[in-house]
Amino acid sequence: MKVERTAVLTVPRTRRRLLRRLDSRVSPYLFVTPFFVIFGIFGLFPLVYTGWISLTDRNLLNPVSHFIGLQNYTQLIHDSYFWNAVENTFGIWFLSTVPQLALALVIAHVLNTKLHARTFFRMAVLLPQVTSLVAVALIFTQMFGHDYGFVNWVLGLVGIHHVYWEAGRLSSWVALSVMVMWRWTGYNALIYLAAMQAIPEELYEAAAVDGARRWRQFVHVTVPMLRPTIIFTVIISTIGGLQLFTEPYLFQPNVSGGTGGSGRQYQTIVMYLYEKFLGSSQFKFGYASAIAWCLVLLIGVFALVNYLIVGRIRSAEA
Amino acid sequence: MTSIPYAIPRRRARHAVARRFEAAGPLTYLFLILVVLGSIFPLYWSLVVASHTNAAVYAYPPKLLPGGNLFHNIHRLFNAGIVNVDFAKALANSAIVSTVVTVSVVFFSALAGFAFAKLDFRGRKLLFVLVLATLFVPVQLGLIPLYIEMKHFGWLDNIKAVIAPNLVTAFGVFLMRQYIVGAVPSELVAAARVDGCNTWRVFWHVVMPAVRPIAAVLGLLTFMMSWNDYLWPYIVLNARNPTVQVAVSDIATVAYVPDYSLILTGCFVSILPLLAVFLLLGRQIIGGIMQGAIKG
Repeated sequence: MKVERTAVLTVPRTRRRLLRRLDSRVSPYLFVTPFFVIFGIFGLFPLVYTGWISLTDRNLLNPVSHFIGLQNYTQLIHDSYFWNAVENTFGIWFLSTVPQLALALVIAHVLNTKLHARTFFRMAVLLPQVTSLVAVALIFTQMFGHDYGFVNWVLGLVGIHHVYWEAGRLSSWVALSVMVMWRWTGYNALIYLAAMQAIPEELYEAAAVDGARRWRQFVHVTVPMLRPTIIFTVIISTIGGLQLFTEPYLFQPNVSGGTGGSGRQYQTIVMYLYEKFLGSSQFKFGYASAIAWCLVLLIGVFALVNYLIVGRIRSAEA
Repeated sequence: MTSIPYAIPRRRARHAVARRFEAAGPLTYLFLILVVLGSIFPLYWSLVVASHTNAAVYAYPPKLLPGGNLFHNIHRLFNAGIVNVDFAKALANSAIVSTVVTVSVVFFSALAGFAFAKLDFRGRKLLFVLVLATLFVPVQLGLIPLYIEMKHFGWLDNIKAVIAPNLVTAFGVFLMRQYIVGAVPSELVAAARVDGCNTWRVFWHVVMPAVRPIAAVLGLLTFMMSWNDYLWPYIVLNARNPTVQVAVSDIATVAYVPDYSLILTGCFVSILPLLAVFLLLGRQIIGGIMQGAIKG
């Protein structure tokens, strides 16, 4: 930008210089403006405004809303359905995330070898990621069907009685976790694979000199070196997992309505938010907004907790 | 995002792998083949169910091979008298939404990414930190005021309500900025200015051609995300004017006894476009994910 040019042009030099300066001063702001304006209107403003609405008794059916302070929040704290939803969400998150990331590590480790058809394997592993959440939910719901589903048929082959996957608490959590795992394991495996390929060769050579075989290299070199990536995937799956909605919402498509089963055995936080918002014709916008803010808070705190836990485990081993 | 600094150029990585490990043994292949089967099976299963009559779907033991009823089911899917949903319109809506959103995200991300990467301006660092912060804020939780906003604009039941909030993403800006820092030499920008280019022309003639690879990746991922989006379109759209995800879920939720041959036909048809894109361009998508740790 500092470079000056002496070429003779039709525009007088001073005016040209002025235009130039104007351009370099103003253009950067013009370039970032679209992002901030659109994001402000449709991203940031609604999030902040949620905070305000959560302090009112706003309701779609009620034209006038009043400021009611923290009443929605105090009500929420004593709302057993809310805590039930929190428990379900964390349960499903745990059941899906821990095996998922472990399996992803193993798959990445295996993919990180001299392979024939390398691209084929990578693509096949990533294939579930292309599938929409709606399709995942509905396909698996059919597969988990009680009388005619594929899963119960396979279990029947090995002599296990048919399971009512939707009915039980743990069984519904397991079924939903399988859906989440199916869609996300390959994605995480590729993230780990990318990080593994960046680990310096010397570390493995040193480990080999010390007599470490492949498995011990994996435990003592690969996993510790992947620490930042593992933290990253845990945090991403925390943010995503605590917002779980589509799979449980469509788990029993014909009876759902957002309650998550007759005993609310698999209702997640976002499902409960949706129920209060539009699902059950209560249209309690204020209350639903309080749920939204609590969820943001939970995500923030839990992401931080996970960050600390994962960080500690790794540094203890290293 | 945090793993970006750890990515290294592909060619070097390949050599490192080749030296590091002996060739994979038969057990490795067996394990991988099992993983692949697990990945493919649910999709195969949707084809199996979609290609039978509903009566055959309610048979035990379940039929494990595709039947001959796929085209009949697809025909039913597009018959508004049977499904109460205009599926053709749903496909068209999804195509419009995803295309507009993709073009917009790629363009505005490149624009802002260029400014953050190569231009000097006051507040640059602070504004970029703001972009980073929004990466981790679950903005979709603002959906209640967003709904009120859309009602206010009169955009409910209109695809504008699905397009507008998705026109920009913090992730896109971040990805573009990281790429442009490395891929567009500052000397090139300076040289273009010497040749009399103003900032806009530098962007259009120097930066845009250089970001093509990452633009393709960002575009693919944005298209996929937009095509697969469910909660927000479900809130603001209705069965007469849906996106494809809303249409499929509507077919599933309306019936008292679900017609799974029809529902999974809907799923299968809704996956096909992305499947085609994935088979054609999967290599780039994988490259993008491995380079940028991308949440698809």
